[in-house]
Amino acid sequence: MSLQFVVDGLLTGSMIGLGAIGVTLTYSILRFSNFAHGDFMAWGTYATLAAVSAIGALFGKVAPIAPLSFGWPLIVALVIGMAFTALLALLLDKVLFARLRRQEQAIIVVMGSFGASMALRSLLEFIFTSRPTYFSRAIQIAMPVGLGIRITPDQIALLLLTAVLVLGVHLLTTRTQTGRSMQAMSQNPALARVVGIDVASVVRVTWIVGAALACVAGVMIGILVQIRPFMGFDILLPMFAAAILGGIGSIPGAVLGGLIIGLAEAGAVQLVGAEWRAAVSFIILMAVLFVRPIGLFGVRER
Amino acid sequence: MNEAVLDVRDLEAGYEPGVPIVRGASIIVNKGEIVVVLGPNGAGKSSLIKAIAGLVPISRGKVLLDGKDVTAAPAHTMVHLGLAFVPQTENVFPLMSVEDNLKVAGGILERRQAPARIEEMYAMFPDLARQKRSAAGNLSGGQRQMLAVARALIVHPKVLVLDEPSAGLSPKFVSMVFEMLSAIRKSGVTILLVEQNAKAALAIGDRAYVLVEGKDRHEGVASTLWDDPVVAELYLGQRPLKREAGGAA
Repeated sequence: MSLQFVVDGLLTGSMIGLGAIGVTLTYSILRFSNFAHGDFMAWGTYATLAAVSAIGALFGKVAPIAPLSFGWPLIVALVIGMAFTALLALLLDKVLFARLRRQEQAIIVVMGSFGASMALRSLLEFIFTSRPTYFSRAIQIAMPVGLGIRITPDQIALLLLTAVLVLGVHLLTTRTQTGRSMQAMSQNPALARVVGIDVASVVRVTWIVGAALACVAGVMIGILVQIRPFMGFDILLPMFAAAILGGIGSIPGAVLGGLIIGLAEAGAVQLVGAEWRAAVSFIILMAVLFVRPIGLFGVRER
Repeated sequence: MNEAVLDVRDLEAGYEPGVPIVRGASIIVNKGEIVVVLGPNGAGKSSLIKAIAGLVPISRGKVLLDGKDVTAAPAHTMVHLGLAFVPQTENVFPLMSVEDNLKVAGGILERRQAPARIEEMYAMFPDLARQKRSAAGNLSGGQRQMLAVARALIVHPKVLVLDEPSAGLSPKFVSMVFEMLSAIRKSGVTILLVEQNAKAALAIGDRAYVLVEGKDRHEGVASTLWDDPVVAELYLGQRPLKREAGGAA
C-alpha cells in the first residue's frame, strides 16, 4: 500500500474541515443545520473565478508565482470571493433565515436552508452552466518527498493556508471578546443577552467566518479538482459528518473530523476501491456515534 | 434621601400576547436599599423581574431606571444602562472557565478597566480566584451563585436584580448567599431580589413587596413584615410563627 493516500487524505480533509467549521458554528450558535453551506462554497468559488477573470481583463496575463500554478490575481480574487460569500450569507440571513428563526422551530429553518441550497445551486447552473471549469489548466509536476509520497507545490501551499486559517479561527473564538461572545451564545443565548451581548452582531460574525471559510474550501477544490455548481453540495454530507464526529461547536473538532474522514476516504479508495469512498465517512460517523455520541471534542449538554 | 433607582409603574407583562402574568405591579427601589419581592408560587415574581430586565415582553406600564424610561430597551442593553440581572438557573456559561465568564461580562467595560475589575471580583470572592481556570459547570451550587453575582457586579451596576438566589442551595450555602448580599449592599450596591425563602430575605432586606396574582398587594418595612397579619393572609407559603401567640391578630 502506497502512503500517497496520506497527502490525498489530508487535502480532502482540509477542504472538508474548513467547510465543517462553518457547519459547526451555524449549528451551535444559530441552532440549525445549514444545508446551503455547500452552496456557499460553490458560490464563493465562482465569485473568485469571476474576480480572477476580471483581474485578467484589467491587468492582462500575470505570470504565476513559481513554483505555484497561480499568481497574485487568484490570491486577491480569493479575498474578494470570501467577502462576496460573507455578504451572500448575510443577505440570505436577512431575507430568509432571520425570518424563519423567529418561528423558533429549528426544522423550519433547516427546510428553509434546503430550499435556499437548491435555489442557489440552480442559479449557478443557470449563470455558469453545469460544465466543469478550472482556475488553471496547467499541469503541475508532483515532487517526490520520500516514502513513495508525491506532492505538488499547490498542495503544500493549500495545506499551509488551511493550517493558518484554522489557527486564526481558533484564536478568534478562544482568545478574543468576539469569540467569547460566540461561545456564550452557543452555551446559553438568554444569559448572553443578560450579560450585554448583542445577539445580532454575534450572528453576523458567525455567518462571516463560516461563509469566508466555505469560500476558501471551495477554491481549494477548484484549484485541486475542478469547479462545478455541485462541488459544494457533493461534500455537504462529509462536512456534516466531520462536524458531528468532532463534536458540534468545536472548531478543532471539526477540522480533526474533516482530516479523519479525508484520510479514511483516501485510504478506502486504495484498499477497497473508489466506489466505497462515500460509505467510509458514514461508517466512521456511525461508529463514533455509538461509542461517543457527543463526538470527539463534544461536551455533554447541561 | 429617597432617590428611586428603579421605579416600576403599573407593569403588565407576559410571554403570550393577551395573557399577562404580571398584572399591574408597581415597585420602587431606592438608592442603597435591598428590596425583596415575596409572594406565593405562581404569583409572577420571576416574570416581574424578568420583564424589568427586558426578557419578558411588557404590554403596559413603565420601567424607569435612574429616572430614564427603559421600558422598551432590549435585554442586551439593560446591563449597559446599569441594571445587572442574575437569573435563577443557568446563570453561568457552564463550558467556559470562571475567568472567561467574568471576561465575557466585563466586555462592556472599557478595555483597560476590565482586568483590574476582574481582580477586584477575585478579591471579593476568593473562592472564585482559586478556581479561575475551572469550567463554571464544575463549580458547586454556591460557588456558581457567587460567580453569577460576581459576573453581574463586574459592570458597576446601579441596581443588582436577583431571581431567587438561594433556590436549590443547601442550607449552609443559603446563609452564605444572604451574607454575601448583605455585604454587597454595604459596599453601596442597590439590590432588588425575588425570594421564596421569605424569612432569610426579610432579615437582610429594607423593604418588601408581596406580589399576588401578578399585582403588588402589600408593601412594608422588611423587619416588621414578617409579623404582619396581612402578609400571612396574602402569602400562602410559610405562615408567620407568631400568629398563634399573637391571638386574634
